[in-house]
Amino acid sequence: MMKNTRRGRLLAAVAVGALALSAAACGSDDPAPSGAASGSASAPAEKVEITLQTFGGGENFAYDEAVKAWNASHPNVQVKYVNLTDRFEDTYLPQVLQWLEAGSGAGDIIGMDEGAMGLMSARPQYFADLSQYGLDSRKADFPEYKWNTGINKDGKLYALGTDIGGMAMCYRTDLFKQAGLPTNRDEVSALWPDWNAYLETGKKFKAAMPKVGFVDGANTVYNSVLAQEAGKNGGQVYFDTNQTLIVDKNPGVKAAFDYVQQLSTAGLTAKLRSWTEEWNTGLQKGSFATMGCPSWMLGVISGTSGEGNANNWDVAAVPGGSGNWGGSWLMVPSQSKHPKEAAEVLNYLTGKDGHVAAFKEGGNFPSSLPAQQDPAVADAKNPYFNDAPSGPIFSASVAKLSPVFFGEKHAQVKAAVEEVLVGADQGSVKWADAWTRFVEEGVKASG
Amino acid sequence: MSLDVDAGHRTRTLPSNQRRHARPPGPRRLLSWLDLRAAPYFFVSPYFVLFAIFGVFPLIFTLWVSLHDWQLAGDKTFIGMENYTELLADDKFWNSVVNTVAIFVIATVPQLLLALLLANALNKRLRGRLILRLSVLAPLVTSVVAVAVVFTQLYGRDYGMVNWLLSLVGVEPIHWQNASWSSWIAIATMVDWRWTGYNAIIYLAAMQTIPKDLYEAAAIDGASPRKQFWGITVPLLKPTIIFTVIVSTIGGFTLFAEPVMFGSGLMTGGTTGQFQTVAMFIVKEGFRDFQYGYAAAAAWILFLLILISALINFALVRGLGRSR
Repeated sequence: MMKNTRRGRLLAAVAVGALALSAAACGSDDPAPSGAASGSASAPAEKVEITLQTFGGGENFAYDEAVKAWNASHPNVQVKYVNLTDRFEDTYLPQVLQWLEAGSGAGDIIGMDEGAMGLMSARPQYFADLSQYGLDSRKADFPEYKWNTGINKDGKLYALGTDIGGMAMCYRTDLFKQAGLPTNRDEVSALWPDWNAYLETGKKFKAAMPKVGFVDGANTVYNSVLAQEAGKNGGQVYFDTNQTLIVDKNPGVKAAFDYVQQLSTAGLTAKLRSWTEEWNTGLQKGSFATMGCPSWMLGVISGTSGEGNANNWDVAAVPGGSGNWGGSWLMVPSQSKHPKEAAEVLNYLTGKDGHVAAFKEGGNFPSSLPAQQDPAVADAKNPYFNDAPSGPIFSASVAKLSPVFFGEKHAQVKAAVEEVLVGADQGSVKWADAWTRFVEEGVKASG
Repeated sequence: MSLDVDAGHRTRTLPSNQRRHARPPGPRRLLSWLDLRAAPYFFVSPYFVLFAIFGVFPLIFTLWVSLHDWQLAGDKTFIGMENYTELLADDKFWNSVVNTVAIFVIATVPQLLLALLLANALNKRLRGRLILRLSVLAPLVTSVVAVAVVFTQLYGRDYGMVNWLLSLVGVEPIHWQNASWSSWIAIATMVDWRWTGYNAIIYLAAMQTIPKDLYEAAAIDGASPRKQFWGITVPLLKPTIIFTVIVSTIGGFTLFAEPVMFGSGLMTGGTTGQFQTVAMFIVKEGFRDFQYGYAAAAAWILFLLILISALINFALVRGLGRSR
C-alpha cells in the first residue's frame, strides 16, 4: 500500500474551488460523543456491522482473505471492508480528518499511513483508547518502533501496526560484477557494515564505473541514516516531545545531512528523485547500482525494471543494520458505535493470522513479530531477486529499529527539508547554502 | 431572491391585479397565478440554484474561512485579516505569483499569435481543408494529464527526446525542472500544444463572418494580403480576441495540472518552487499542510488577481486596433 501513497503521480484534478467545498463539509465544531455511552450496552446477540476503511492501490491492505475468514466464524460481528481510494495524502487523509471533525462518516476501524501518525497522535480526542479493550497486552508482538508510534500524546494506546517497510539495500549484480565488486549477497552485506564503508565502496565503484551512479538519489539514504542517528539521540527527529522544532539543534539531523552531502559531492548519486519518470527510466536502464529498499520496494523494482532485468537485482543488508520506510496502523475512531467489537476485529487483523493473510495476499511485510516467524513469511523467497530470502532480511532490519517520536507537523517538515536535499543533490541549491536553507524551510513548514 | 422582488413589483403596478386580489382566492386561481407568474422563474431556477450552491456559497464560505486560523480537525480561531497580511509578506506566495504570470505570458502571447496565423491559413482555399481544421483541434480532446505525462518524458533529463535533439547540436543535457526559465518554457509548450488549436478554431469562426467585399475593396485599392490581415482581419476580430485573452487569462492563472505532472505530482513545483503556480500553492497549504484559512485567503487573492489582470488585458487588447 505504501507504494501508492508516496507517489502522488496520477493527478487527481483538485479544482481550487474544491477547497471551499470540502471545508464546507465539516460544519460541527465538537466531535459527537462516543456512541458507546449512549448505545445499547452492545448486546452480544445483536448483529453488528464493523466498517473497515483503508487506502492504497493494488492489493492495498490485502485484507480480503482475512476478512472472509473472520466473517465466516463471527456471524454476529460482520466486517465490511472498504478501500476508499488509492491516494492517501490528498484524498484519504483530508477526508478522514473531515469525518473525525464532523463526528460521523469514519469507519469503525480506519487505516493510517506512517506519514500521518504525528498528526493523529496530537489529536487523541478522536480515537478510542485500545487499552480499555485489553489490547495493551499485545506489546510483546511488535518491534518497539511500531508499538511506540501507536501511543498518542496523552500516553494512550490508540493504534496497532499492520505492515512495516523495514530497510534493505537492493543492488545490481550485473553492475557490481562489471565494477569488480563481489556479487554474492552475504559478501555484499559485508562490504558495508556501516555508512562510512558504504561511502568507500561507492568510491571504488565510481572509479571503475564513472558513468553510473552508485545510489539513485538523496532521500532514502538520508532517511536511513537519520533513523539510526535519531536512535542515538533519544528517538527525536524534527520535534522534541513538547512539539518544539529542533531541526537545527538535533545532531542526528545534521549528521544525516552531512552524510548525504558527502555522498553527493563525491558524485555517487545519480541525482534522481523517487517516483519521477527519470527514476523509472533509470531503474530500467541501470543508471544506478544500489538503492535503499523497504520491503514494498521489491515490488516496485520488479514492476518497473521489467522482465529484462530479472536476476540483475539482489538484496543485501542495509548499512548500520536497521531502517524503515513506510508502514501503516489501524485505529478505532471514538465516533464508532461499536468500539468494543471494532477493537476485537482490530486485534484479529493486527494479530498473527491477519498479518500472515495480508502477506500471502498482497506481500505486505508484517510488523508482528510472531507473524515474521511464521514459515509463510520467514521462508519466503523472491524469485525476481535471485531468490533472495526477503523474510529474514527485513525482519532483521526492524528488530533493532529505535522508536521515533513524530511531531504533529513531522510530515510537513520532512517534506520541506528533503526538498532542499534533493535540490542540493540535483544542483538547484548550492551545498554551501543548503544547510541554512534546510533549517529555514523546516521552520517555515512547522509554522 | 430576484423572484420575489420582481413578482411583487409587477402586482403592485397593475391595477387589475389589485382588484383580483380583493376577490376570495380559489385554489384554481392560485394555480393559474402560479402558472403565469411563478412558472417562468421555476423553469430558469435550476441554474441559479446550482450556481448559488456551487458558486456563490463556496465563494462566501471561502471568504469566511480565510478570516480564521482554520486547522482541519483542529482549532479554528477568528483572526480577521491576519492571513492576508501574512500572505502578502510571504515570499513563497509571491514566488508562485511570479511563476504563474511568467508561464502565462510565455504561453499565451505566442499561443494567440500562432492561433491567429493558423486561423488565417485555414481560412484560405486549401486541399483537405476539413481534415486540417479538425486536426488542429485534436490536441484539445486528449486528456491534459496524458499531454503532461508525454511532455514530461520528452523533457526528461537523462533520456528525454528534447535533450537528445539538443545533444545533436552539441548542447549539454538540460535538467528542465531545475531552473525557473527552463521549467517555465517546458510548461508553456504543454499549454500551447493543447490550446493553440482551440483558439485558432474560434478565430476561424469569427473570420468567416467578415464580409468578403471588404477584402475585395482592399484588393482593388492595392492592399497586400499582409496589409489586409492587419488592416481588416485583426481589427474586426477584436471582440473575439478579447474573449480569448480573457479566457486564457483565467486558464493561465489557475494553471495546475501541467506543472503538477511536470513536478512528479508534488505540490511544491520543483525543489525551490521553480514552477509552483498559485493554484499549487493553495492546494499545498490547504491539503498538505492543512492550513485551510491560509489557503482560503490565497484563493481569494488569486480571484482578485484574475479580475485585475483580466481587466488589464482587456484594456491592452482594446487599444490594439486603435494604434493602427
